Amino acid sequence: MQSLAQQNSSSYSVSSMKNILEDNSLTFAEKAISIKSLTVKSKQSQVSKPSVAGDIAIIDVDLAMAQDSTGPLAIRSLNEMRVDKLFNPSRVLLVIDHTFPAADEKVANLHAMMRSFASKHSCMLVEGSISHQHILEYLAAPGMMILGADSHTCQAGCIAAFATGIGSTELAAVWATGQMWLRVPETIKIKLSGNFRKGVFARDLILDYIGKVGEDGANYKALEWTYANDNTRKEFSIDSRACISNASMECGAKISVFPTDDLTRTYLNENPRIIKDVPEIDIHPGSSAKYVDEIEIECGKIEPMVAGPDHPDIVYSVEEIGGIEIDQAFIGSSTNGRIEDLEIAARILKNKKVHKNTRCVVTPASVKVYEEAIKRGYVEIYLESGAVFTNSTCGACVGTHLGALGESEICISSSSRNFVGRMGALSSKVYLASPATVAASAIEGKIIDPRGFL
Amino acid sequence: MNNKSAPAESSSSHSSPLIPSPPPGTVPSPVATTAILHGKAWVFGDDINTDIIIPFRFKSRTNDPYEMAKYAMYGIDPDFPTKISKGDFVVGGKNFGGGSSREQAPVALKYAGISIVIAESFARIFYRNAFTIGLPALEISEIKGNVVQGDDLKVDIGNFTVENKRTKAIFYAKKVPEFMQQMLLEGGLVEYYKRNKRFPWM
Repeated sequence: MQSLAQQNSSSYSVSSMKNILEDNSLTFAEKAISIKSLTVKSKQSQVSKPSVAGDIAIIDVDLAMAQDSTGPLAIRSLNEMRVDKLFNPSRVLLVIDHTFPAADEKVANLHAMMRSFASKHSCMLVEGSISHQHILEYLAAPGMMILGADSHTCQAGCIAAFATGIGSTELAAVWATGQMWLRVPETIKIKLSGNFRKGVFARDLILDYIGKVGEDGANYKALEWTYANDNTRKEFSIDSRACISNASMECGAKISVFPTDDLTRTYLNENPRIIKDVPEIDIHPGSSAKYVDEIEIECGKIEPMVAGPDHPDIVYSVEEIGGIEIDQAFIGSSTNGRIEDLEIAARILKNKKVHKNTRCVVTPASVKVYEEAIKRGYVEIYLESGAVFTNSTCGACVGTHLGALGESEICISSSSRNFVGRMGALSSKVYLASPATVAASAIEGKIIDPRGFL
Repeated sequence: MNNKSAPAESSSSHSSPLIPSPPPGTVPSPVATTAILHGKAWVFGDDINTDIIIPFRFKSRTNDPYEMAKYAMYGIDPDFPTKISKGDFVVGGKNFGGGSSREQAPVALKYAGISIVIAESFARIFYRNAFTIGLPALEISEIKGNVVQGDDLKVDIGNFTVENKRTKAIFYAKKVPEFMQQMLLEGGLVEYYKRNKRFPWM
């Protein structure tokens, strides 16, 4: 905080940021956007007041990411605009993750285009970790403004960054100027209470929530997560928060944010940030902030859930839908491919065999998760069970390689989406569930309650 | 740019700021965003997500909008691009364009020949992307039930109104900030920038 204050020469910015952070009437989103528009406003010599829900603000962007299915279009737009200089190459990130390594020559050509762009502009290039997981592991920080040409960019809200998705050409504009416009979202406040029962996880909670509010239930809005007490709070590891922040996109949320606490602090200490020149800003919502809705979720009432097929808000308890035979079980993606997810899958698959009629694919979300899974011996467990362990990539989640579905095939998946044809043929069906439910179902060859396996 | 491996970039000069010229040998060209447009309605239901509009496996293997256009609405009707006429409208229900941030979704519709998308409501990123690429997205909460497949519609982009020629009913779309409207009328973000040498919100 001190260091940002020092960057801005005018006393106006220093006092404004302090005022914004201490303003009890503002939500997280209002504070984050107001702070990131301070530097823009000071450049334009405008009078400052905090931006509130419904306002449109111009903000300075700290990190601008595109991946291999959105980056090529961003590069194309930048070229068409004849913009040859990036606002700050060290804040521009290209990630080759969706179809990595290239599944065919057409993809390979687009990857080559990204590498060549990254090399020309000396910006960050990452290959073989999912962008959102890489951003969480190395780049995001509390209060950071992150825009990504990928809807699940909102995952970085798990460590209190303001992170959201935009399109390729808008991202190209951010690469050119470091700025973008945002409408300040209204906020829904969700208080978590109690504790999960055995076999129930963060994914079940967010599937349950999306089922209740619908797939546009948080469209244009921010989700702000809070806890009834420390006992509940400690249940939500950073991996669990990342799952919730990521999957919040499935009800349209613009951001989904967990304000910082000691778990955030520990995570950041154990996983140092690569970007050193963006100061952390510890934003907490004001006590009298205005919300469009305030709800409480009792964790103890949630059961293992399954969503699908075709829409993420068609949800059932696993008890209601159990018994459906599956062709494939997929554990992976930015929603549920972290070490916590791989751990529970290993626990369930240990000394068990994947059903003879079922393929089981395990895909870690990042190289770091991949290495950790090897270190902990999970990979041996998967291989002994008959599962396939792949490199880190989005892979089967986007139906492009490493587990695409054929006609009428059925997959239970811990990945992000179950849309029509998401993982392959239009007639294939995807059901979404927690990694525990997916792993248990892999053993049985049908959708089953994981509680009998724990 | 590494010429050896990079796919060809469109370097065609633009005859109009609103209409990118198609590469040689390709048809059709997208429709201009003029102030008044007439078109036939293709009506869809709720929650038409971007995976339906263009599946990942097709959009992730090309950077050519005309190639993307071949798969417009593939998830619901793979023959859609061959059924429509240039200038037709897509009419959707609630949450049109939900899911992925893929700009290829509005691009596929536009280059397939769709000139306007009207919906009861739009998902956030699709809405931004549509304006960005110069495809008018009109949010009209009561559109559902007031337009049926094949209706002739008249849209005034300047005033954001839609008239159903069959029923004579006129609908008013949700207004957008002036800079978005201006960007749209100039053909989208790229065209706006090329003409003004600045971005519309600056």
